[in-house]
Amino acid sequence: MTLATWYALVGALLAALGLHGAVVRRHLLRKVLALNLAASGVFLLLVAPGARGPTTDPVPQAMVITGIVVAVSASALAIWLARRLHAETGRAALPDAEDDRA
Amino acid sequence: MTDLDPSFWLPALTVLSSLLPGVAISALPEERHRTRTALNLAGALAKLVLVGVMLLGIERGASYETRLPLVAGLDLVLHARALPMLFVTLSALLWLLTTVYAIGYLEGSPNRARFFGAFSVCVSATTGVALAGSLLTFVVFYELLTLATYPLVVHRGTPEALRAGRVYLAYTLGGGALVLVASVWLHALAGPFDFVEGGAADLRMIDRGALTAIFALLIAGLGVKTALVPLHGWLPVAMVAPAPVSALLHAVAVVKAGAFGVVRVVYDVFGIGLCADLGVTRPLALLAAATILWGSVRALHQDELKRRLAYSTVSQVSYVVLGVAVAGPMATIGGLVHLVHQGLMKITLFFCAGNLAETLEVHRVSQLRGVGRRMPLTMAAFTVAALGMIGVPPLAGFVSKWFLGLGAIDVGEVWVVPVLVGSSLLNAAYFLPIVRAAWFEEPAGPWPADHAPGRLDAPWLLLGPPLVTAALTLLVGLFAASPLSPLDWCRLIVLREYGP
Amino acid sequence: MPEPVVVAVTAPLALALAASLLGGRRGRWPGLLAAAAVVAAVALLTRDVVAHGPVRHQVGGWGAPLGIDLFVDGLALLFLWLSAGVGAAATVYATAYFHDDEAAGAFWPAWLTLWGGLQAVFVTADLFNAYVGLELLGLAAVALVALGGGRAIGAATRYLLVSMLGSLLYLLGVALLYAAHGTLDLSRLAAAAGEDGLERAALAAMLAGLLFKTAIVPLHAWLPPAHADAPGPASAVLSALVVKATLYLALRLWTALPGLATAGWLVGALGAAAVLWGGLHALRAPRLKLLVAYSTVGQLGYVLLAFPLLPSSAAVAGAAYQALAHGVAKAALFLAASTVLRAAGGDRLDDLRGLGHRLPVTAVAFGLAGASIVGLPPSGGFVAKWLLLTAAVRAGAWWVVLVIALGGLLAAAYVLRVVGRSLAPAHAGAPPLKAPRRLEWTALALALASVALGLVAAWPLALLEGLAP
Repeated sequence: MTLATWYALVGALLAALGLHGAVVRRHLLRKVLALNLAASGVFLLLVAPGARGPTTDPVPQAMVITGIVVAVSASALAIWLARRLHAETGRAALPDAEDDRA
Repeated sequence: MTDLDPSFWLPALTVLSSLLPGVAISALPEERHRTRTALNLAGALAKLVLVGVMLLGIERGASYETRLPLVAGLDLVLHARALPMLFVTLSALLWLLTTVYAIGYLEGSPNRARFFGAFSVCVSATTGVALAGSLLTFVVFYELLTLATYPLVVHRGTPEALRAGRVYLAYTLGGGALVLVASVWLHALAGPFDFVEGGAADLRMIDRGALTAIFALLIAGLGVKTALVPLHGWLPVAMVAPAPVSALLHAVAVVKAGAFGVVRVVYDVFGIGLCADLGVTRPLALLAAATILWGSVRALHQDELKRRLAYSTVSQVSYVVLGVAVAGPMATIGGLVHLVHQGLMKITLFFCAGNLAETLEVHRVSQLRGVGRRMPLTMAAFTVAALGMIGVPPLAGFVSKWFLGLGAIDVGEVWVVPVLVGSSLLNAAYFLPIVRAAWFEEPAGPWPADHAPGRLDAPWLLLGPPLVTAALTLLVGLFAASPLSPLDWCRLIVLREYGP
Repeated sequence: MPEPVVVAVTAPLALALAASLLGGRRGRWPGLLAAAAVVAAVALLTRDVVAHGPVRHQVGGWGAPLGIDLFVDGLALLFLWLSAGVGAAATVYATAYFHDDEAAGAFWPAWLTLWGGLQAVFVTADLFNAYVGLELLGLAAVALVALGGGRAIGAATRYLLVSMLGSLLYLLGVALLYAAHGTLDLSRLAAAAGEDGLERAALAAMLAGLLFKTAIVPLHAWLPPAHADAPGPASAVLSALVVKATLYLALRLWTALPGLATAGWLVGALGAAAVLWGGLHALRAPRLKLLVAYSTVGQLGYVLLAFPLLPSSAAVAGAAYQALAHGVAKAALFLAASTVLRAAGGDRLDDLRGLGHRLPVTAVAFGLAGASIVGLPPSGGFVAKWLLLTAAVRAGAWWVVLVIALGGLLAAAYVLRVVGRSLAPAHAGAPPLKAPRRLEWTALALALASVALGLVAAWPLALLEGLAP
């Protein structure tokens, strides 16, 4: 197995774990962590092809850096929202979806 | 053709002559009654003048067409030819009268800005339906008409009115959806085409099954506004609207737009020849005949005057469809001329019903005993129109029925004659008792109310319009044979539809 | 002179910074400046495209594959105009909407950032660049929802999580696509695309991500509360513009990459479900803004109905015009609904009686925009429907015809819930309502525009047809 395939497999595994966690877990912090895990998996997938040749392709590297910045900002926003939600409802989980009774 | 060519802009101006005042009226504060009345009458008169100019032009062989690109290779076409002018002239004339009537009728009631705004937009849409030179244009104005009449139907805002509005929209929007789908389908198969006398040329290439299906969809969709049985349910329910609205719905705009649409589809989209080939004219004629009889039978059982008139409309409008579907030149003349004649007679009846309700708060047939003595002018107009509906010579209705009957015999559709006779008997059965009770019976007691004690019938604004239309009912019958009468104009149309 | 295509993206972003530095309600000045800049830039861009055909601009002169290319054709212009027009209207509305400094101080930077991200998505030629734009506008959109406070916080959180999930799926697809073809430039991809498995997987992931972010049934649950509970101008841009960004990308992918054709029926079926589901829920919504939000779910479904019919030109035009017409009309509806909410202190449907004479301008705006949503002529919604029906009939897709017809009737029914009540007399003792003029007239201007889109359709459609790839 080449290094690139190995990276790709681990990346896919992380992404799948993260996605699973994001959907299944109810606690908001866990959801955010799971999404970050999934993001790491995707980033690994992105850089994996770079390990194929002797020279590294810079484009995926640039993308991953951008992706990390985005993930960090989104996580920060998510944690801020979770704190507000906790302050207002006393819980750190999403309320049930608003239905038509409103 | 330059942009300033009057023959390019006249049809569009005819539509705008009521649309712009309508928009201005809606924007006007409620209490500006004088400005509103001035705008209303200016628009109505401007429309009449424009129509007059085009009528004279067409008589001399001129043609008027507004054409603007709209969507996917299809144009917005407004054209003034013989057939559209028949309907436009009717609606322009009756709009003026109905506006006068409505100004009197709504004196002192709330939300008049909204009412007259929608009223004008409604007439603009009718004008658009009449002048539409292509199926897309027709659909645009046909749906606009639905939209503009809704606020009129629910004008009173009572739960009953709101319910009537919902029923009305459920029927008409459903019908509109069918017309839309059929139009798209036809254009997808045939490409762009205009309304052409004798039918659009390329349709014969198309698969007959698809054509028949499109025709059925179109008729079903148009049949809603035409109030063809079993799609007529909205019409009696919509009777909760104020009398001028009923007059508009029944005589000028909505049911006429439907019937006119049927005429357009049969003659100017498919062409009567193709329709006969497809074998769709006979079922359409049977449907019309069934509607004529069923409407009359139902009218017999209504005690509420406006509901009786509503069922009478169901029946009478189908004369137009019948004349078209019987597919002979004579019958077509009868059907088309009934478009005008029915409008004149029915609007008279509704004006009178409105006067009865306004002055005496009389709404039921059973309350009409002796009313002729209290309101002689109103009841005289009513009587003329009712006799016309029955088909008593020499009134308007007789002319229509005569041509319908002769035309049907002409092309061997003899079964139409008993339908006409039966319908006339039924007409007599539901109109004559009213006439007899009004003139020859003693009042049962005091009227529920009397809002114009000591005065004649009603204010002149309410009395003038029905007297004019009743007089016209008499005149178009008496002078049917003279040039520029509706009948003469219909001959011209039929000459063009059936070719030289 | 700077390139208009660059100005269209950078002006809102730079002015977002200015707004956050100024703080509070003073942010409205950079906001108005951004609106003027965006409208002017898009107008200049239109002139260029009409004169010389599609515009391609290499940012910083680098060129693909290393640099970032911007690309504007007729399709992009249509969406840019949507964004410029609705954005400008929402900006004007917002100047009169926010009383207090705190909400305004958060609104202006977030809204201008969102606008920049949106414009970036519409002009990008590069799928990763699109990702950056999507994230920018996604995060800003979440912040806007959260501004609503209270109930909106939960909605914002849910929105953020779904958005992150959708972005990850999209990014995953981008990664796979890069692995397959070594480029992310759309035109290069179109040339390189084939039928290989990796590409299919990539497209599937991207599509799933985009659908998540577009709130397509069954991934829609986050949208109605988020759009309904956001502050007025935010609701309008969220429903009219933000969801269009992902739809635009999906449309771009579809027209560029033939590998997606087989998935069209699936997307179309989702669209059909959305049309019916959104319509039925709008029929039951107890609050005006919630009703309008459910209507968005349904109306987006119409755009998806075009996907199985692609790449026919009528389908492209129908999808784009539906996006445009819905955007303008929906923004008008949300602005009108928010005016009602502001003036009446609540937006329960039963309290809307007599709206016709209590807030006549707003009621008329709602009615006109509602007519476009229903698809009644002569409105933009009608033209969109006509085009979609034409594409469906030509393709023999009768189920699409049926769904469009039923969807129109459903829309009529829910719009009528509002219009019927506003024509009824008010409850006895209902207080008269007052709203700032600017709020009322901005909504009316958009509503009139949504009707005008039906009358001037020939022009934007010519732009689209002449220049679409």
